[in-house]
Amino acid sequence: MSATGIGASVRRKEDQRFITGKGHYTDDISRPGQAHAYFVRSPHAHATVRGIDTAAASAKPGVLAILTGAQLAADKIGNLICGWMIHSKDGSPMNMAPHPALAAGKVNHAGDAVAVVIAETLAQARDASEAVKVDYQVLPAVVDPAKAQAKGAPQIHEGAPNNTIYQWEIGDSAAAEAVFKSAKHVATVDLINNRLVPNALEPRAALAEYDDGADSLTLWNTSQNPHVARLVISAFVGMAPEHKLRVIAPDVGGGFGSKIFIYPEEVVCLWAARKVGRPVKWTADRSEAFLTDCHGRDHVTHAELALDDNGRITGMRVKTIANLGAYMSTFSSAVPTYLYATLLSGQYEIPMIHCAVDAVYTNTVPVDAYRGAGRPEATFVVERLIEVAARQLGLDPAELRRRNFVKTFPYQTVVASLYDAGDYNASMKKAMDIHDVKGFGKRRRVSARSGKLRGLGYSTYIEACGVAPSAVVGSLGAGVGLWESAEVRVNPAGTVEVLTGCHAHGQGHETTFAQLVSERLGIPIEQVSVVHGDTDKVQFGMGTYGSRSGAVGMSAIAKALDKVEAKAKKIAAHLLEAAEADIVFQDGKFTVAGTDKSLAFGEVALGAYVAHKFPTGEIEPGLKEGAFYDPTNFTFPAGCHICEIEIDQDTGRTEIVAWTAVDDFGVVINPMIVEGQVHGGIAQGVGQALLEGAVYDADGQLVSGSFMDYAMPHAENFPSIKVDTTVTKCPSNPLGIKGCGEAGAIAAPAAVINAITDAVGHENVTMPATAQVVWAAVRKAKAVRAAA
Amino acid sequence: MPTVSLTVNGKAVTADVDPRTLLVQFLREHLRLTGTHVGCDTSQCGACVVHLDGKAVKSCTTLVLSINGSSVTTIEGLADANGPLHPMQEAFRQNHGLQCGYCTPGMIMAAVDMVNRKGNDLDDHTIRKELDGNLCRCTGYHNIVKSIAAGARAMAGGAGQQAAE
Repeated sequence: MSATGIGASVRRKEDQRFITGKGHYTDDISRPGQAHAYFVRSPHAHATVRGIDTAAASAKPGVLAILTGAQLAADKIGNLICGWMIHSKDGSPMNMAPHPALAAGKVNHAGDAVAVVIAETLAQARDASEAVKVDYQVLPAVVDPAKAQAKGAPQIHEGAPNNTIYQWEIGDSAAAEAVFKSAKHVATVDLINNRLVPNALEPRAALAEYDDGADSLTLWNTSQNPHVARLVISAFVGMAPEHKLRVIAPDVGGGFGSKIFIYPEEVVCLWAARKVGRPVKWTADRSEAFLTDCHGRDHVTHAELALDDNGRITGMRVKTIANLGAYMSTFSSAVPTYLYATLLSGQYEIPMIHCAVDAVYTNTVPVDAYRGAGRPEATFVVERLIEVAARQLGLDPAELRRRNFVKTFPYQTVVASLYDAGDYNASMKKAMDIHDVKGFGKRRRVSARSGKLRGLGYSTYIEACGVAPSAVVGSLGAGVGLWESAEVRVNPAGTVEVLTGCHAHGQGHETTFAQLVSERLGIPIEQVSVVHGDTDKVQFGMGTYGSRSGAVGMSAIAKALDKVEAKAKKIAAHLLEAAEADIVFQDGKFTVAGTDKSLAFGEVALGAYVAHKFPTGEIEPGLKEGAFYDPTNFTFPAGCHICEIEIDQDTGRTEIVAWTAVDDFGVVINPMIVEGQVHGGIAQGVGQALLEGAVYDADGQLVSGSFMDYAMPHAENFPSIKVDTTVTKCPSNPLGIKGCGEAGAIAAPAAVINAITDAVGHENVTMPATAQVVWAAVRKAKAVRAAA
Repeated sequence: MPTVSLTVNGKAVTADVDPRTLLVQFLREHLRLTGTHVGCDTSQCGACVVHLDGKAVKSCTTLVLSINGSSVTTIEGLADANGPLHPMQEAFRQNHGLQCGYCTPGMIMAAVDMVNRKGNDLDDHTIRKELDGNLCRCTGYHNIVKSIAAGARAMAGGAGQQAAE
């Protein structure tokens, strides 16, 4: 292994600009003559808009324009779309309601924008926005997904009776029924997967500029996938043809899924820039982010697990209501279906699974993918069921897991996923050793002596990453293919630029992608730069989410590097006056086998561009190759997380005292970066389990709508985390990579809740398990024991 | 419009400002020092931390007129222009204390202030407690804590004390 190649903890190339304050995030960019946008948003969750009076506001200082939904419609700006078609079990297509970028006639969640003020300064736009008079007729709201389909519930969209978007299922319900009828043991859980606000630290922003000479638009925005943004804004919203719309996603301050989607504000800024003839900038403040960034999770689930007398799982049944909020966001429909139910087999051999999912509209912010997207929800169901079943059967939870682990690969689950490689017992064993599970009983007794309850919880999770084989997702309803692209440009002096369709917003691609190039071409990492995030520079690509950049994006780079090497060998053969078959490329050198005749990579690069010494009729000059890589399967990272907690019985305060994570991510490019991803994922998962919750009141007001009310994890919420890996190489891509971005967020909630329920001796602990929730559970458990 | 005069990163600046201008707006929009970030509107996240007369403040809740005559150091001025990085900056790089980089300038400025107040030998518990006013969504804080402990030790070597001035 070289010091900068695959497997080395290379310090990140991108850090220099970030630690010196020289990053370029969207809000850092200013254009000459730029104006500022401020949105007028509905204070009501559900209301008819009877009229908007902008006269007084228009007369305020600095106001350039006030634009409304009526004007947007008059200008024929199209609606935002959900790009993944899901069909209900009766074959009918999902009920996708219109989603205009500015509401016209009716608002459907608090924060829904009805108008935008464009002014010389942000302060002026904000001042004027307060003078816009909107005449609302308030309607009753529905916010609880479990009540959205009830008779008499307020109806949100005309085309969606009973607020139902779809009623989807996977598996055979009659066969599942038969399994449960004859089951020896059935474990049952009722779960709420709490609604979360992604809260990337950088708020969303958009800066749009119209060039009337070229009749083209440029959009700088906080996007995880600028090409997809361009495609949607062009092909569906109809803003401008693709070749007249440039989308640049510069440095982006975290995404976690929330910056995948195409949002109203970027559409409005583009439209306004052309209308006003000035660049228009908008940056969300945090309160606005809470009310407009897509939220995550929000499932209500009833699930059952059937087992035989030997503790072997015989079946699973799951019924979930998924809240998609007021409108269907870009990928929202796929999250509670194909990204959720296809993972319900967990790490286990389960011969029969049935899952039914109803997706519903509510008067809340749209819900879409958030770190893990469907897979944390699935893991929470599976791992809670296993834990409850183990306690019911009087089995050690680790032993019940071990008995049911998938042990031979490939393994075809009954919910469509084909697990290609893994060793689940190896991860669990290693985690148990590192964690000293054997010593837990002693530690529990020590805690008890000081009146504290101690618990230990496992989560042996699986996830599907590397999204995704295009034909497969196409057959499941995706509107796009999920391949990735790369171009490797070798410059005449031997430096290399890699253009990737992936986008980095914290993942460190500028380093890891360069490590691959450095390893393959044998050149110093300093001679490699990674270009991403600009539709004018980079060929079409699908962006970064679903831990796809390593498995899919780097595979595309590897494919392009194969082509570069092949062509360079041909050129080297001519330069060295040898047969192509005799050229060996190793450690950055082209050598004629069995001789000391060789050329460095840079010399061949120069030779390719000088083009003096090879027949250009046969070999084109230059050294630049592109590739598109379509994966052959999803990848299946998996592992075991063990959480140990201590509870103060008097206050219900839960403290995480130890955490061990052993993950199998396949081949690891940069262990330092991978560990960082695991730490961050765990923090978000622990946040979900103990702290975070988007709370709406009955009128549809987001009560936890700021960092003062929404409990973001702080440094003192965590202990030091032990992270390790086991490796089974992924056979489904050339690099053997599985992906690591979401693992922590997927594994953590179940590990925490399993530890708390273990400590308390009571299974009904909801997330977030705040002190109040845990205190109540402790008392409930005591009452049950006293009554027994 | 009233006038404000400050020393920012060692340079004297004077400007006419709208009275409601916040220090962070002054830095970002008037001086184009965009390394200081805004991550919230309630003074919780700490992405905007700068040093005001040697002490950490949240520039998002400081009216620039209220600090007339003061000296401000931002992330751009933490290290000498053509010199090496400040030890705390270097520690964040060496320990992978950042991912998306958005909270990083505020974290580094808060960390230097922490060392100035608490000394160079900072344990895990102290660092985590002292980071109460800074949020990070990427790192889970693990490597930030490591970075600050390492940066604090490195600052004992003498370099970097200028940040407190």
